Amino acid sequence: MTQLRKDIFSIALFVWTVAAIPFFTHSGVVLNFVMMALFACLIAQAWNVLGGFGGQFSFGHALFFGTGAYFQAIAQLSWGWNPWLAMPAAMVMAALVGAWVGALSFRYGLKGSYFALVTLAFAEVFRIVSLSVPFTGAGVGLMLPLKESVGNMQFGSRSGFVWLILGLVTLALCVTAYLRNSRFGAYLQAVRDNEDAARAVGVNPFHVKTWATVLSGGLMGSAGAFYVQVFQYIDPGIGFGSHTSVEALVGAIVGGLGTLWGPVLGALALHLLADLTRNLFGQMPGINMIIYGVVLIVIVMFLPRGIAGLSTYTPKSWRRND
Amino acid sequence: MTKPQALLQVQGVSRAFGGLKAVQDVSLSVPEGSLTALIGPNGAGKTTLFALLSGFLKPDTGRVILQGQDITGQAPHLNAKLGMTRTFQIVQPFAAQTVRENIAVGAHLHTASRTQALAMAALVAERVGLADQLDKLASDLTVAGRKRLELARALATQPKLLLLDEVLAGLNPQEIADMIPVVRSIAASGVTVLMIEHVMQAVMSLAEHVWVLAQGQLIAQGSPSEVTRHPQVIEAYLGHGTAARLRQAELSA
Repeated sequence: MTQLRKDIFSIALFVWTVAAIPFFTHSGVVLNFVMMALFACLIAQAWNVLGGFGGQFSFGHALFFGTGAYFQAIAQLSWGWNPWLAMPAAMVMAALVGAWVGALSFRYGLKGSYFALVTLAFAEVFRIVSLSVPFTGAGVGLMLPLKESVGNMQFGSRSGFVWLILGLVTLALCVTAYLRNSRFGAYLQAVRDNEDAARAVGVNPFHVKTWATVLSGGLMGSAGAFYVQVFQYIDPGIGFGSHTSVEALVGAIVGGLGTLWGPVLGALALHLLADLTRNLFGQMPGINMIIYGVVLIVIVMFLPRGIAGLSTYTPKSWRRND
Repeated sequence: MTKPQALLQVQGVSRAFGGLKAVQDVSLSVPEGSLTALIGPNGAGKTTLFALLSGFLKPDTGRVILQGQDITGQAPHLNAKLGMTRTFQIVQPFAAQTVRENIAVGAHLHTASRTQALAMAALVAERVGLADQLDKLASDLTVAGRKRLELARALATQPKLLLLDEVLAGLNPQEIADMIPVVRSIAASGVTVLMIEHVMQAVMSLAEHVWVLAQGQLIAQGSPSEVTRHPQVIEAYLGHGTAARLRQAELSA
């Protein structure tokens, strides 16, 4: 109970602080940075549900991202749906894809690198299919017409998008808090830590892991839908390309697996780092990626439990020799 | 068919791995409220038999009946819901979680409430003597602590039948002496206990009835003192012809 209260309090604090930012600045650069950082937080959090709490390392979360994005676009373009209606539906669609992929993989007991490979394969299959079928616009992609209005989820300024993505990040935070304070979450972490021991005390690992994929997929789908609303364009490479999968998992791993704030911190740190190196070394193409890579390696080497693990970190030389 | 007082009935269960017949035609019946033991030399198939009973493995032939219900080959989590929980010889803690969280996973079987599960974990920890280590990480426990945790987690599911796989293995004599009353008090609280055990001191002092498994087959059963005098049992442990030599030695002495 106390942990739940603490979680709710810290989430509320975070939301109030970030929600206030657009009131203090109208700078497009700052708001754009905040928006994209929150976007990175969202996909890292989505991945963390399955990877951090469930221990199932997906390498193909772009599958859910692309599903959400394409659904959001198609629902508006082909069926004339309102985007505010399309977004929850896109989440449900991505969650359903999650249920399908999860059930299929866990039914056959896929674990570790095999699960990672299968999710990667699914994302690639979706990418290739979306390249060739007409209703996804094939290689050309889909473009949303510009119709700026709140009712159309196209805000004139960046602040509207900041609040929208903040809402989605808050949803992801609440899902994470639920995992930390519920039976389902306890079962999920038990399966992550020791599947046999969990089975022996009454946990159905198939059930638990599949539901985690559903939650994770749904959150990832919301990120896809958001992306389409902001950039008004989606193509197979953006939707199902592996860079989104990588960004999601790196953010969660660098931040701290299976924690409430880890993915937020990780995504924020990486986003800051990427922006910084791009601005500092932009005139030397490629060098920003090298620095980014080196910093990643250093973080993984010296902070195996991520940035969130820093709170309990003691340097080796401080530890007693016991 | 089933006798009403038998909580668990095993009828002609066999399981082979390739050419190795790990368990052959084993039948036994565990009375409700009893504390019984399964003993046998290393590699006799005891743990395999436990895996067959709890659903981690499917028997090739034979039936497993819990409270008159056929549960042969049923998944372990369903058996846990029916009231049969096992522990593992090689302890399997949720290492990254605290003792309290570990036990709460078991407690969640009968309650969805996190608060209740955590409260119950504290109560169970008290029963097995882990009360002062509730907030320790499972990975920081000693071997004896982990054995207690293994027991606590199973106990938190409020089982009718507890299958204990060598909860005393790897403990020193003092720790064994501390653990025996814990097992006894669990049985006294009404839980039926079937244990695999190598520590004969514990089997002799705890078990009402003992089955002896050797090379996958039941070779003897009875009270602890009966089976330890049984010639086939002595031979299974000490080698062919030992029983006869021991008897001669006794006679000539």
